[in-house]
Amino acid sequence: MSRKFMWFYVGLALFFLYLPVLILVVLSFNASRLNVNWTGFTFSWYAELWRDRDIMLAARNSLLVAFVSTAISTVLGTTLALGLYYRRDILNRIVDGLIYVPLVVPETVMGISLLAFYTKMGLGLGLTSVILAHVVFCIPFVTLIVQARLAGLDYHILEAAMDLGATELRALLQVMLPLTVPGIVAGGLLAFTLSLDDFIVTFFTAGPGATTLPIYIYSMVKLGVSPKVNALSTIMLAITAITVITVVFLLRTGSNGRKAHEKAQSSSVTGLPFT
Amino acid sequence: MSAIPGVPRVKIKSDEPIGERAGSRRVDRLLLLAPGMIWLFLLGILPLGLILVYSFAQRGTYGGVVLNWNVDNYIRIADPLYLGIFVRSLILALETTIICLVAGYPLAYAIATAPPRHKNLLLLLVVIPFWTNFLIRTYAWIIILRTEGLLNALLLATGLFREPLSMLYTPGAVLLGFVYNWLPFMVLPIYASIEKINRSLIEAAMDLGARGWQILVRVIIPLSLPGIAAGSILIFIPSLAMFAIPDLMGGARAVYIGNLIKNQFLAARNWPFGSALSICLVLVMLVSLFLYARVMRREGTWS
Repeated sequence: MSRKFMWFYVGLALFFLYLPVLILVVLSFNASRLNVNWTGFTFSWYAELWRDRDIMLAARNSLLVAFVSTAISTVLGTTLALGLYYRRDILNRIVDGLIYVPLVVPETVMGISLLAFYTKMGLGLGLTSVILAHVVFCIPFVTLIVQARLAGLDYHILEAAMDLGATELRALLQVMLPLTVPGIVAGGLLAFTLSLDDFIVTFFTAGPGATTLPIYIYSMVKLGVSPKVNALSTIMLAITAITVITVVFLLRTGSNGRKAHEKAQSSSVTGLPFT
Repeated sequence: MSAIPGVPRVKIKSDEPIGERAGSRRVDRLLLLAPGMIWLFLLGILPLGLILVYSFAQRGTYGGVVLNWNVDNYIRIADPLYLGIFVRSLILALETTIICLVAGYPLAYAIATAPPRHKNLLLLLVVIPFWTNFLIRTYAWIIILRTEGLLNALLLATGLFREPLSMLYTPGAVLLGFVYNWLPFMVLPIYASIEKINRSLIEAAMDLGARGWQILVRVIIPLSLPGIAAGSILIFIPSLAMFAIPDLMGGARAVYIGNLIKNQFLAARNWPFGSALSICLVLVMLVSLFLYARVMRREGTWS
C-alpha cells in the first residue's frame, strides 16, 4: 500500500469516528430545537441543563458512585497487584481467574446476575448496590495497570529492602508501593471513567431513586431527540477527553523503563488485558 | 562459610528471598490479597453461580423463582422462536466482527507503519471517541439517521430524493451502531501485534523475492493473527449480549439475545428462563474464548 493511500484511509477513518461526535457538539450550540438547520448560536441548552433538577441529581449520583467505587477498587486492586508481585504460586492462579471473570463475562449477564443476587440476599437496589457492582468491574483494570507498572520496576529493590530486615509486607508497602504511584493514579482514573460511564451493569443494579447520568441519557434518548441531550453529551465528552489525556500523560511521565511504559500504555489505552 | 555466633546459618537458594520467616510471608500475602479476592468472589463469581442454579428452576405464579431442578428452560430455548433470535444475534455479532476487521486492519496497519512521532497521536485520536459513553455515540447516529435527521436533510437538499429514507430503526442501523462503537477494539490489538513484528522477517521475505502484497498476505497478516483474534473476541462477546443499541436504533422489532434476557428479567419476570439464556450466552462466550486461546497458543509456538 502506498503511503499516500494510507494517509487517505487514516483520514477517512478518523472522519468516520469523529463526525457524529462533532455534529453533536455543534448542535448543542444550535438555537434550533430541530437539530437540522443552523439558526443561530446559543448557550440556552446548557442553561436549561443547569436548571434541570433531575439531571443535576443524576450527575450528583454518578459522581458519588464513581468516587466511592474508585476509592474502594483502587485500594483493593492495588493490594491485589502487590500481593501478586514477586511470587508465583497457586494463589496467583486463583486471583488471575477472579480478575478475568468480570473482564470476560458480558456486562448484560453480570448485571442480571447481580440483580438476582441482590434480590436473593434481600439487599435493596440503590446507590449502594450500584457501587458494590462497579467495584467488581473496576478492580481488574486497576490491578492490571498497577501490575504493568510493577513489572517495569527492578525487583532487586524489594530484595534489598528484605535483606535490610524488612518483612515482605513492609517492603511491599513501604518500598514498592510509593514507586507504583503513577500506575495507581492511572488505574484510579481509569476506574473513575469506567464507573462514570457504565450503563449496562448500572441499568440492572440501580433502583428507581438511584438514576445515574448514563441511565438518564438512555431514558431521554428513548423518549426522543432533544437539544438538552446534545449539551449534556458535549459536557461529558469534554470530561472524558480531559481524563484520557491526563491518564496518557501520567503514564508517559511516570515510568522509567521504556518497556514498562509501553506495556502500561497499551493496557491503559485499550483498557483491556488481551493486547 | 563459617558460622557466626548467634546467627543461624541459612541456606540461600537463588530463587528464595532472604531475611524473612517462611511462615509470615503466606500471611502477608493473604493480608494483601484477601480483601480483593473476597469482593470479587462474593460479587463476581457467586452471582453467576446463582444464575446457573436459577436456570434449572421454574417461574413461580407471581414471577418468583421455584427451584425444582428441571431442564425445561433449556428445552424452551430450542423453540424456533428463541433459536431464531439466537441465530440472528450470532449473525449480527459475526457481521460486526468481520466489518470491524476489514475496516480496522488497514487503519491499524497504517498507524503501525506511520512515522514514530505520529504513532501515539494517531492512537490517541482513535481512542478518544471510544472512551466517550456509547449511549452518546449511539445518540449521535440517531441524530444523523432519523427521518427528520441530518442525512435525510442533505439527501433531500440534493434533489435526488423526494421522500426521506427510513434509515433508523432498521437492522442496518443496529449494525452501523455496533461497528461504530466497537471499531477501536479491533484497531488497538491489531496495531499492537503488527508493531511487535520483527522487521528482519519482512526484510528476509523481501530478500527472498516477495513483493508488496505478498509480504502483507504471507508474512504480516499471519504474524498479526493474535491481534486479529484478540480484536475479534473483544467485539464478538459484547456485541452478542448488547441490548441498549438495538433498543435505541433498532426499533420495537429488533429483538436480539441481549434484549430477550433483559426482558425476561425486567418485563416478563421469568428469571429462570432469562438465567438459562444467560448461561447459553456464557457458553458461547467460553467456546469463543477457547478458540481464541488456541490461536494464541499456536502463535506462541511459532515465536
